[in-house]
Amino acid sequence: MKHLAVLAALLAPVPALADIDPANWDAVTAEAEGQTVFWNAWGGSTTTNEFLAWVGSRVMEDYGVTLEHVKLTDTADAVTRVLSEKQAGEDDDGAIDMIWINGANFAAMKEADLLFGPYAEQLPNWAFVDVDGKTVQTDFTVPTEGFESPWAMAQVVFVHNTADMPESLGSMQALLEWTQANPGRFSYPQPPDFLGTTFLKQVLVDILPDPAVLSDPATDENYDEVTAPLWAYLDQLTPNLWREGKAYPATGTAMFPLIADGELDLSISFSPGAASTAIANNELPPSVRTFVLDKGTIGNASFVAIPYNSGSKAGAMVVANFLMSPEAQARAQDPAILGYGTVLDMDALSDDDRALFDALELGVATLSPAELGTVQAEPHPSWATRIADDWMDRYGVSE
Amino acid sequence: MKRRRFPPILPILTLLAMLGPVAAGLWGTVMPAFGHLPAAGITGPSLDPFRDLFDWAGLPRAMFLSISTGLLATGISLAIVMLVTAGWSGTKPFRALERLLSPLLSVPHAAAAFGLAFLIAPSGWVSRLLSPAFTGWDRPPDLLIVQDTWGLTMTAGLIVKEVPFLLLITLAALGQADAQRSVAISQALGYGRVTGWLKTVFPRVYAQIRPPIYVVLAYSMSVVDVAVILGPNTPPPLSVQIVKWMSDPDLAMRLEAAAGALLQLGLVIGALAFWRFGEYVVGRLGARWIASGARGKFDGVAAVGALTAGAICALSVLFGLVVLAIWSFAGFWGFPDALPDAFTWRNWLRFGPGTLDALGETALIAITVALVALILTIGCLEAEYRFGLSFSQRAVWLLYLPLLIPQTAFLPGLQTLMLSLGADVGRLPVMLAHLVFVLPYVFLSLADPFRAWDTRMGTIATALRASPDGVLWRVRLPMLLRPILTALAVGLAVSVGQYLATLLIGGGRVATLTTEAVALASGGDRRAIGVYGLMQSGAALVPFALALLIPAVVWRNRKGLRHG
Repeated sequence: MKHLAVLAALLAPVPALADIDPANWDAVTAEAEGQTVFWNAWGGSTTTNEFLAWVGSRVMEDYGVTLEHVKLTDTADAVTRVLSEKQAGEDDDGAIDMIWINGANFAAMKEADLLFGPYAEQLPNWAFVDVDGKTVQTDFTVPTEGFESPWAMAQVVFVHNTADMPESLGSMQALLEWTQANPGRFSYPQPPDFLGTTFLKQVLVDILPDPAVLSDPATDENYDEVTAPLWAYLDQLTPNLWREGKAYPATGTAMFPLIADGELDLSISFSPGAASTAIANNELPPSVRTFVLDKGTIGNASFVAIPYNSGSKAGAMVVANFLMSPEAQARAQDPAILGYGTVLDMDALSDDDRALFDALELGVATLSPAELGTVQAEPHPSWATRIADDWMDRYGVSE
Repeated sequence: MKRRRFPPILPILTLLAMLGPVAAGLWGTVMPAFGHLPAAGITGPSLDPFRDLFDWAGLPRAMFLSISTGLLATGISLAIVMLVTAGWSGTKPFRALERLLSPLLSVPHAAAAFGLAFLIAPSGWVSRLLSPAFTGWDRPPDLLIVQDTWGLTMTAGLIVKEVPFLLLITLAALGQADAQRSVAISQALGYGRVTGWLKTVFPRVYAQIRPPIYVVLAYSMSVVDVAVILGPNTPPPLSVQIVKWMSDPDLAMRLEAAAGALLQLGLVIGALAFWRFGEYVVGRLGARWIASGARGKFDGVAAVGALTAGAICALSVLFGLVVLAIWSFAGFWGFPDALPDAFTWRNWLRFGPGTLDALGETALIAITVALVALILTIGCLEAEYRFGLSFSQRAVWLLYLPLLIPQTAFLPGLQTLMLSLGADVGRLPVMLAHLVFVLPYVFLSLADPFRAWDTRMGTIATALRASPDGVLWRVRLPMLLRPILTALAVGLAVSVGQYLATLLIGGGRVATLTTEAVALASGGDRRAIGVYGLMQSGAALVPFALALLIPAVVWRNRKGLRHG
C-alpha cells in the first residue's frame, strides 16, 4: 500500500509552482525550520486548545516550526476564507496553513481544488497508521487520496448521569421511549452543528432496516423515502426534548454544564473520552458514564488538510506528521489531556511506543475499545447536508 | 498661510477612512445579492438570491425579532435614562449611579450577556440562591428563559448595556444644556422635578444625543454576539442568520446572505424613519403638554420607577460580573448549591496565560485606533469651526453610515477588497477596519459637546492675542477635557468589543480578547467564559475610569468644568 502511494506520488505531474515534494522528508524538515504554521481549528474546547498548544511547543523544539492556533467557531469559516483568497488571487501565501477538517468541509475543498497534496501517505509516520482497521482513507465515504492526514478517531457515545438515569439504552427506539417517560431531560446540539447533525444520522442509521443505502450519495428519488422514518421519529421526540425543542444547546460541550446542573440526564458526544476528561476538569459530576447502542454507533476520523495557497506547506506537513507520532497520539488518547481515539495500529508500533498506550488509564467514564463495539460508517456527506437543511426548515424555524 | 495648521484635508481623510471601506464592502454585498459571484461560478444579475431569501420559512420571525428587539431596547433604555436623569440628576442616588457608570460601560456586550445568562437562567445564580428553600426546585426547572422565543431576554441584555451608554452620552450633553438653572426656574414656577426637566431640558438634551440614539437603534437591530448568547435560535434574529449563511461552506449561500444583508439594511432604515416620525409625534404632543402648563402629578412614581429600573440594569451587570468571577474560580458547582463546592486557581492557571497574549494584542489595536480616531475627529471639528465648512449638516450623516449599516453587510466585501489590493491580513488592516467603526463613535461622542462649546470663549481669548492654535490648545481642548476623554474611552471600548471585523479582516490571525472569548463561547465552558469575560471587562474598565477621574483631578478647583 505504502509503496503504491509513493509510486503514485513519483508518477504524479510536478506542480507548476514547484511545491515541496512530501516524499523528500529531509528537504521538508529543512524548509520547515523557521516557518510559522497558522492552524485553523475549532476553538470551543479548552482541552483541545491546550493540546494544540502542546503540539506547538513540541514542533518548535524538534523542528523549529512555530504553530499558531487560530480558534474557529465553525470550520466552514476557514473554507470560506480560502475560497475568498482564491477569488482575490492570493495563491502563494494565504492566511491558513492547516485546517482541522472532515466531512462536508473536506468534500467541498477537495472538489474545488483548494487543497495541497497528495501528501499524507508520504509522511514518515503514515507507516504506523491503522489503514485496515480504521476509516482513515475515506472521509464520510469520500476517498481522501492523501489530501488530508488523520490524527484522531471519534465515535458517538451517549453521556448519562447515573445519579438520575442509571440505565443505558440499547437503541434509538429505546431512547424515544425513555424521553416520553422523562420529558425535558434529553437534547442534542442544534444542527447544522456537526454533533447535532451526527445525532440525526445516528437516528437514521439505527432505525433503518438496512443503512447500506446511505453509503451512496443521496438522490432526489430516494431521499424522501429513506429519511421519512427519521422525520416521523423526530416529530415524536421533539415535544419531549429539553425546552420542548424551542431551544437547543449550541454544541456538544455546551451540554456538559446542562448535565452538571441537572437540566439534562442524557446527551450525546463524539469523543468517547470527553466525559472522563470533563469529570477531571469539574465540568461534569463523577456519576456520569457513557454507553453505545446495541447495533453500534457512528464513528469517523478527524483530519488535517493543507490549503493549496499555504505559504508554509513544509511546516504544516511537519505538524501533520508529528500529530501521527506515537508520542502525540498517546497524549491525545490520555483522558486527563484530551481523550481522543488513536489512528495508529498498535501492532505496527515498537514495544516502547506501545507501552505509552498501555500505560494510559482510560478514565472512569470511558468505554474500552471492546465495549465501544461496532463502528458504523458515516453516510455519504450528501445525506448530512440535506438532512441538516431539512431539519432547519422543519424544526429550526418552528416558532 | 502659516495659520493653516489644520488643513481641510483632515475631514476628507476622515471621510475616506470610513466611507471607502464601507462603499467597497457594500459593492461586494450588492453584487452577490443580485446573483453575481464569479468566485462561486455564478454570474448575474438575477433576483434568485432574494427569491431564496423570501422562501426561507423563518424570515418573518427573524425580521420581527430584529425590529422588536431594536425598538424595545432603544425605547426602554431611553425612557429609563431620561427619567432617571430628570428625577435624580444632582442627587446622591444619581451620583452613585454616575460612579457605577465606568464599570457598567466597560463590560463588553458579550460579557454582560453571559453574566445575565448566568444570573437568570433556570440554573442561574438567582435560581440557585432561592432553591430549594423558596422554590422547592432541586433540579433547574425546564423553563425557556434564555433564548426565549420572543427575544425578551436578548432585549433585556441589550437594555442593561444601552442604559449606561445613553447615560454617559447624556451626561456629556448635560454640561451644554444648562440643566441646573432651567430646572431651578421651572421648580420655582411650581413644576415637579421630572416634569420641569422634561419640559425644559429634555428637548435640548435630546437634540444633542439624537445621533447616539439612532446608533443604539441600528446596533440593537443587527447585533450578533448578544443575540447568539441570549436570543432565540429557532429561528434566530436576521443578523445571526446572515452570519450563519455567510459561513456556510456552500459558496452559493453567500448570495442569500448578501440578499439578507440588504434586507437588514432596509429594516434598519425603515426603523430609523419610524423613529424619526415618532420624534415628530412626541414633539407635537410635548408642545401641547408644555402649553397645558401641567405641573406634574406622577413625578414621584415616574422617578422612583425609573430609578428602580436603572438600578436593576446596573445590578444585573454588576452581579453578572460577580457570577462570572465565581465561575472563574469554581471547582465543581452543582445545582442548587449557592456557591461552588470549592474555589480553585486551576481555571486561571489554565486560561490566564492565553488571556495575557490576547490582552496585549487588544490593547495595541485599541489604543492606536482610538488615538487616530480622536486626532481625526478633533481635526475635522476644528477645521469645520475655523473654515466654516459646510461639512456639518447633510454630509455628517455619512459619518454614521458604518454604524447604521449592519456589519454583516459590508465586512466580507471589505475582506475581498483588501485581499485584491494585495494588503496582507494582519494587525494593520484590522486597525483600519476598526477605525471604520471607532471613528464614528468617537465623532458621535465628541461632535456635539465640541460644537456646543461657547465660542465667545474663543473670541475673548483672541482678544487677549491668542492665535487660533492657542485658542484650540489652551482654551477649547482643556475646557472639553471630559468629553474628549469620554470619546477616547468609547473609542477604546468599541475597538475592544469588535468581533466580526477582527475575525474577518484579521484572517483569524489576530487574536483579541473578544475573538478568543466568542470562540470559547460556543463550547459553553463557564469557567473559561468567566476568565475571559473578566479580562475583557478589565481591558475596557481602565479607560472609562480615567475618563471620569482625570477631569475630576485636573479641574478639582474649577467646579464649572468638571461636567463640561
